[in-house]
Amino acid sequence: MDERLERILPRVQKPGRYVGGEYNAVQKDKDKVDIRFAFCFPDTYEIGMSNLGMRILYGVMNEMDGVWCERVFQPWGDMEEEMRKAGIPLYGLESGDPIRDFDIIGFSVGYEMAFAGILNMLDLAGVPVRAEDRPDLSPLVIAGGTAMYNAEPLADFIDIVSLGEGEDVTVELIELYRRAKREGWTKHQLLVAAAQVPGLYVPSLYEVTYHDDGTVADIVPREGAPRKVTKRIVQDMDKSYFPVHTVVPSTEIVQDRTTLELFRGCIRGCRFCQAGYVYRPVRSRSKDLCAEYAKEALCDSGYEEMTLSSLSTSDYRPLVELCDDLEEFCEARHIHLSLPSLRADSFSMDLMQRLQKGRKSGLTFAPEAGTQRLRDAINKNVTEEDLLQSCRTAFAGGFNAVKLYFMLGLPTETDEDILGIAEIAAHVMHVWRESASNKNRGVRITVSTSWFVPKPFTAFQWEPQISLEEYQRRVKLLRQAITTKTVTYNWHDGDTSFLEAVLARGDRRLGKVLELAWRKGAKLDAWEEYFSLERWMEAFRECGLDPHFYANRTRSRDELMPWDMISCGVTDDYLWRERERAYASVTTPDCRTHCGGCGANRLVGGKCNV
Amino acid sequence: MSKLRLLFSKEAQASYISHLDLMRTFQRVFPRTGLKISHSNGFHPHAILSVVLPLPVGQSSVCELLDLTVDQESDGSGIVEKLNSGFPAGLRALDCYAPQRPVRELAFVQAELQFLYDAGVPAGCTAELEELFRRPSLIIQKKTKRRELADVDIRPLIRSLSFSEEEGKVLVQAVVAAQNPGLNPALLGNAVAKELPELAPDFVRVRRTALLDENGEIFR
Repeated sequence: MDERLERILPRVQKPGRYVGGEYNAVQKDKDKVDIRFAFCFPDTYEIGMSNLGMRILYGVMNEMDGVWCERVFQPWGDMEEEMRKAGIPLYGLESGDPIRDFDIIGFSVGYEMAFAGILNMLDLAGVPVRAEDRPDLSPLVIAGGTAMYNAEPLADFIDIVSLGEGEDVTVELIELYRRAKREGWTKHQLLVAAAQVPGLYVPSLYEVTYHDDGTVADIVPREGAPRKVTKRIVQDMDKSYFPVHTVVPSTEIVQDRTTLELFRGCIRGCRFCQAGYVYRPVRSRSKDLCAEYAKEALCDSGYEEMTLSSLSTSDYRPLVELCDDLEEFCEARHIHLSLPSLRADSFSMDLMQRLQKGRKSGLTFAPEAGTQRLRDAINKNVTEEDLLQSCRTAFAGGFNAVKLYFMLGLPTETDEDILGIAEIAAHVMHVWRESASNKNRGVRITVSTSWFVPKPFTAFQWEPQISLEEYQRRVKLLRQAITTKTVTYNWHDGDTSFLEAVLARGDRRLGKVLELAWRKGAKLDAWEEYFSLERWMEAFRECGLDPHFYANRTRSRDELMPWDMISCGVTDDYLWRERERAYASVTTPDCRTHCGGCGANRLVGGKCNV
Repeated sequence: MSKLRLLFSKEAQASYISHLDLMRTFQRVFPRTGLKISHSNGFHPHAILSVVLPLPVGQSSVCELLDLTVDQESDGSGIVEKLNSGFPAGLRALDCYAPQRPVRELAFVQAELQFLYDAGVPAGCTAELEELFRRPSLIIQKKTKRRELADVDIRPLIRSLSFSEEEGKVLVQAVVAAQNPGLNPALLGNAVAKELPELAPDFVRVRRTALLDENGEIFR
């Protein structure tokens, strides 16, 4: 181990996350690979190692001959300070080598609050943050992930953006780079060629002009780049890579368990949910393959817990059969199955009761809104009766804690909707009194609200975020309305949600704000220990840009969105129709009941297999 | 059910795995060997595993012991090979057997320390260190479990010490008390820094080399 590293590790928190060497971490012979790939996650090890997408692409790349993909995470502040002081540049966990010497530096970007972390990691690596200051072919800086459906605030820094699911396009990009390296192309030659690969977006090949009012006037592709870049998807989940042999961290991470991905996409169509739109269409992995992967992954990792993962797990058709298949195997090994994103319906409750042996503690539901009218407006097709019935079953079965998640500031929300949240909590309390099997233990009901952030590629992409003052008023209103003692109310801090709203729908002029905010110290913005809205507001003032223009403005139907060069398959017409239906409080049936014609079917040759 | 004891080494990257994380790592490794670790019978069953003398984070060791109970009848044979295919880098199983001696008979830790001096070892260093540790009492401040500082006399906890010099470092062979109370050998460096600040090492490396009983024989 590097002696400089050995000297600083005793002084930092949780040093185990900075040394690599975990079970299944891939070691290769440097001299036998021609492509070194630094796979960066712009947040801490604990968060990044919990990301399934990262594990998939790590496996895909390391299966390629001559390619060595290593993991890189953002160090916590104490480690960053020590590294900078000791002159240790950011290194790959597998080899310990500085990533500035790698061929490709790729970022997985799941959320906007990670943007500043990308710049910080590049800088810590000793790589110029701006793309134009990196004239050479290597290191090539690329990015992908859900937050990259609008990569415009990062346009100045990222060379190539990979849209959608990366299993195939990452391999294509690496092969293209390999050819460029072999044939001695310039970086520009590579970028022009990359723009011809479906799913690859090269920001520097697009010229964006603005109207006087600050809205986008035109987006002009150069050098043969396409006007629309459509995301890539895996067509057949049964043929797609699943990381059966995956890195098992030696230190505790956030999602410390095996994750089995059942399907991609979601049939539900909640109108606020970006994931629900951009991951379309639904593609399922067959039950037998899921069971096989599950057993193999559990045997290899030794984990005692497995999550059946997807955007809406109770919508996996053979879910009961899969659990039947796994039950005996898991029971014999003390393995616990967990179901995330449960719907509040009787089917899910029955299943959960069956799986939840012994440990009965808390249940979480996300009704999202306080009245049926608003739940219809956002197309969250859950009724209060469903929720109460689920709670009744749970309390009768011995559960004594329920968490309820809501959003404040959804389009069309009124005070009545907010007070409805308090009423639901009171009703849940009432249900507990009626049905609890053991009242001596008491009950904990937690209501949590977040501040709604409108995202691109949703039915609400044209909507304003409500102002901070209005958000605070609504929080206060709800706080006063919750009078039941056993109900705890938690609300999300407003500052991060506001910045998230600004960046989510930002244009490429935000690049200079981002750079300035980072120079002022922004790095781990998802952590309250480090986040400061004031720092960002200063940066906006110094750049002469108004954050409220991005967060709090209503867009018209014909406004050209900054991300208009990107397509996730779902059409704008469909999103607008969904917006209209929201305002009429009309629900849209799920994809299985009725095809709403969103456009994503074109990605799978015309017909979705829902 | 059988009780087993595992002898293993913990070096390089693995020396940064904390005690709790090490327990988690073992719980994941054992299922791969086909051995079932026995679980307690409580409401939240937990694996019956215990590290005999937890190693401070950052130190390395070639003589760690883990006591465990498995559901099967086993004398430990064949387990070492199975474990070694599933460990993180730096952990290595060396032997597995039915323990013959209770943990309370463990009395001393033998450790090899390196005091590193970036500007070269100061002249006369070894002699002064020997002198220092010949004092009848050596009080240092140590963090207690409540995170307060307490004065501790480490002299009675030291059984033997010897110093030798190499390029840029002083090698220290130490035998110190293992338990009730034990002494973290790294604190020898703290004692130097407190009493002879001009000889304070720039970095102290610690490596456990043996666990000993009251008579100085290997405890296994």
